[in-house]
Amino acid sequence: MKNWCAGLASAVLLVAIWQAVLALTAWPKFILPGPVSVAETIWESRVLLIEHALYTIAEVLIGLVLGAVLGGLSAIGLAASPIARVLVRPMLVFSQAIPVFALAPILTLWLGYGLGSKIAMALIIIYFPVTSSFFDALMRTNPEWLGLARVMGVKGWRVMWHIRIPAALPGFASGLRLAAVYAPIGAIIGEWVGASKGLGYLMLLANGRAKTDLMFAALIVLAIFTLVLHASVNRLANRYFERI
Amino acid sequence: MSAAPSLYCRGSAAFGAVPVFDAIELKIAAGQWTCLLGSSGVGKSTILKLFAGLGDKVSFIGELGASDGQSDGRVAMMAQSDLLLPWLSVSQNVCLGATLRGEVRDDDRVAEVLNRVELSEKSQSKPGQLSGGQRQRVALARTLMEDRPIVLLDEPFSALDARTRAQMQELAAEVLVGRTVLLVTHDPAEAARLGHVIKVMTANGIEDVVPPTGSVPRRFDADDVLRVQAGLLARLREDDACVQANI
Repeated sequence: MKNWCAGLASAVLLVAIWQAVLALTAWPKFILPGPVSVAETIWESRVLLIEHALYTIAEVLIGLVLGAVLGGLSAIGLAASPIARVLVRPMLVFSQAIPVFALAPILTLWLGYGLGSKIAMALIIIYFPVTSSFFDALMRTNPEWLGLARVMGVKGWRVMWHIRIPAALPGFASGLRLAAVYAPIGAIIGEWVGASKGLGYLMLLANGRAKTDLMFAALIVLAIFTLVLHASVNRLANRYFERI
Repeated sequence: MSAAPSLYCRGSAAFGAVPVFDAIELKIAAGQWTCLLGSSGVGKSTILKLFAGLGDKVSFIGELGASDGQSDGRVAMMAQSDLLLPWLSVSQNVCLGATLRGEVRDDDRVAEVLNRVELSEKSQSKPGQLSGGQRQRVALARTLMEDRPIVLLDEPFSALDARTRAQMQELAAEVLVGRTVLLVTHDPAEAARLGHVIKVMTANGIEDVVPPTGSVPRRFDADDVLRVQAGLLARLREDDACVQANI
């Protein structure tokens, strides 16, 4: 409850600053629309916004689920196999040296203008944080637990399944929390490069037609969605993965 | 449980280039409690690790094993830290070995073992809800559940308060009777109470000490126990003096 109050207070403060800047500079509406005008636009264009938002939300959620699954499996594979660590880990780090922005046109070329290329962008952008934080946690299993398992006569996959993975779930959870914030970035970049639907597409379209209020409206809808997504993932992660 | 064998260890061990102990000879009597007493860093835990099969990082030259020649799946271990998995309940922790090996869980035995350590009513609790003494009792129950003829104890009671430690010593002595137990400890009082055989490990090797009379667990305030305890402490301090003189 306190968090909600603090969030609300901070939102009110932000709107106040926004309005103050507007009052001081007297910029025209197509440079910086006021909060009231943006709120009006959100209401008036609600059908349009919802239609495009649903598209973006679908991209983000599918990308998030796929990224979490692929990242989780990769981390387990890397933790289980020293050969995979030697061969694949440098590749993972190298892949992070390529800016995701640079990949977007190629993905659009390969996967087309539809959902696929945006899902791929969201997936790529969250894959590394999920894999990396889960993998680190898997490699930090209490060595005494592993010793106990060995004295009990057990090695390999059973230890992975019953001890190492459950012990590393909090690390997986922190990867997912990061992913919830990054995934929308990936989807929006994908939409900027080539799309016919989605909030990112709507922003570009509105910007090109000097409908700055609609651009702000789409931005706010996106921000609210990201906040809600982060809060939900955080809740799920706390509930199911932070057992200790 | 198969018949409890005796154990032997003859040889030298090192961590890389750093020697841990040199040319020791140790026999651990079948079906009895052997207390190996020594200061920190003297290598007593290394011996226990070697017996447990956890000596990967130790280079050991010599021979080590059980009198009847069998080795696999005969050892249970209990350490200073309870090593309970915090996401499992007490009863799930107790049957961890069976779960890990993919065996069918024997609920009757879990109940029986928990009853022996007087934790029946806590079977569904998580380790985080238990006191330090209760957690160590769960660890003892897990050790019992493994039902191995050889039990290795690495200072299992040293993190407990004095009263709980005394209770745990009595409980462990009672439930582990008939097994070959190696207790590594730095507490002379513990060795004097629990050892059928007491050995002191110093930088010069391992020496036998005549244990107090009476059956294990002995009374902590018996004259003989107190006398042996004082003698053990004096011996450990002598060792310190000789180590310091060498520096």
